Amino acid sequence: MGTNSNTLVKLKNAGYQQNDKWLVKGVSLEVEKGKIVTLIGPNGSGKSTTAKIALGIYKKFDGEVEKYTNKIGYVPQKVSIDWTLPLRVRDFMVLTENLKEEAIDEALSLTGVVHLKHKNLGNLSGGEFQRVLLARAISKKPELLVLDEPVQGVDFTGEIALYELIKKISEELNCGILLISHDLHTVMSATDHVVCLNGHVCCSGSPSDVAKNNEYKALFGEQAAQTLSIYEHKHDHVHSNEGEIKKN
Amino acid sequence: MFDDFFIRALVAGIGVAFVTGPLGCFVVWRRLSYFGDTLAHSALLGVTMAYSFEFNIAISVFIISSVIALILIQLQRKTNLPGDALLGLLAHSSLAVGLVVIGFLTFIRFDIMGLLFGDILAVTVNDLIIIWAGGALILLVLKLIWKPLFASTVNYELAEAEGLNPDRAKAIFTILMAAIIAISIKMVGLLLITGMLIIPAAMARNISDNPQKMVLFSIIGGLLSVIIGLFSSLEFNTASGPSIITASLVLFILSLLKIKQSIQLKN
Repeated sequence: MGTNSNTLVKLKNAGYQQNDKWLVKGVSLEVEKGKIVTLIGPNGSGKSTTAKIALGIYKKFDGEVEKYTNKIGYVPQKVSIDWTLPLRVRDFMVLTENLKEEAIDEALSLTGVVHLKHKNLGNLSGGEFQRVLLARAISKKPELLVLDEPVQGVDFTGEIALYELIKKISEELNCGILLISHDLHTVMSATDHVVCLNGHVCCSGSPSDVAKNNEYKALFGEQAAQTLSIYEHKHDHVHSNEGEIKKN
Repeated sequence: MFDDFFIRALVAGIGVAFVTGPLGCFVVWRRLSYFGDTLAHSALLGVTMAYSFEFNIAISVFIISSVIALILIQLQRKTNLPGDALLGLLAHSSLAVGLVVIGFLTFIRFDIMGLLFGDILAVTVNDLIIIWAGGALILLVLKLIWKPLFASTVNYELAEAEGLNPDRAKAIFTILMAAIIAISIKMVGLLLITGMLIIPAAMARNISDNPQKMVLFSIIGGLLSVIIGLFSSLEFNTASGPSIITASLVLFILSLLKIKQSIQLKN
């Protein structure tokens, strides 16, 4: 992975410790324009931490972070909006960037929540709020999108539509995406590069490479390996018997 | 019709209300009421310093309050004590030290009550200039840091991740807090300044559905409180600070009626 002009953010051997405990250690990865990098791993494996290192939210980290863009859209894993703040969806959309009304409407339409524009943020359901979060992140037409479990709480059909949208955005805006997800099924078809974390990088590579990795299998179980490979098949039209993977 | 001192107090109070309105909203949103209290308590030390060295009160209070704010930030970093304990520690120790210093300044006649609760008789033309020029400066700076400050109030990580530098905005806001306390101490008194920040903003929260509206209503609430408070202070010969705060409390209670109404409408 040499740095080239398409690189948006690059982590070299990055780590972060809190209260003398390493949350994540030795992570190297690179997000390029138009590419989707997905972080997977069990709870507490350091996925969100890695994203926060890349974003510069954590300042006292180990290793190196090179960032080549300031146009960033972020969907955090947890956002709690305080009731002391009267905030409508519209106010939230222009939180970090001044947008024209059309740009607000366009982004909200893409995630299917334009009808909520004048609603109070506190009155939204979990799934609706998640759609607003995603709309806000894409509305500023970022070069780098960091999506930390962007479809949590979204209904099943919505989930698929939003993942398709994420893929479409990466193509249309040619932006790089760092995606964190538990949902191996839907994600893998769209991912260019998978990094599997478990406090450190357990394995990384294309979805099919990762699926074959023994450490990955140990971490997620045989079932998950099947999941990945099934999607590889669909994606690349590679057929095999007994779930074995043949390369093109 | 009115005496000069009253006109001066009115002009001063209106100037203060324009600034406490928006700042108060942030105090409520960011849960900084006790932080405001701490800075206000430390203002007494600033006042005694001003008397000791024959210095301008507003500038002296501003310096001492800023120093206390810096000490607080340092203590938060270096100790494991919870934030409210540190705030209490600084608030009461600076108040105590201020009172002890007053004890030593026997050669000066002190109007302690005026200091604690505000004194409209004390507002000079010089104070008016400080309030309006200082207030305009505070509002200008607040406008400049509005975006990062507001974004990080809603969500710190979003603001940080998307490059808004919220830490800088927070540091500047701390200085603005010290500044508003410095310019409003003569009007409202140091024990009640936080009330002037919080109560109109709390009233505004009850009747607004978006941040801009809340700021606007907070300013209007502050203005009404000052005007009603000062007239009643003149009429009933009460201290200006408590009169203003009582007026703002009445407005707050009225705003509760509106909440009750909207809850009934929903049901």
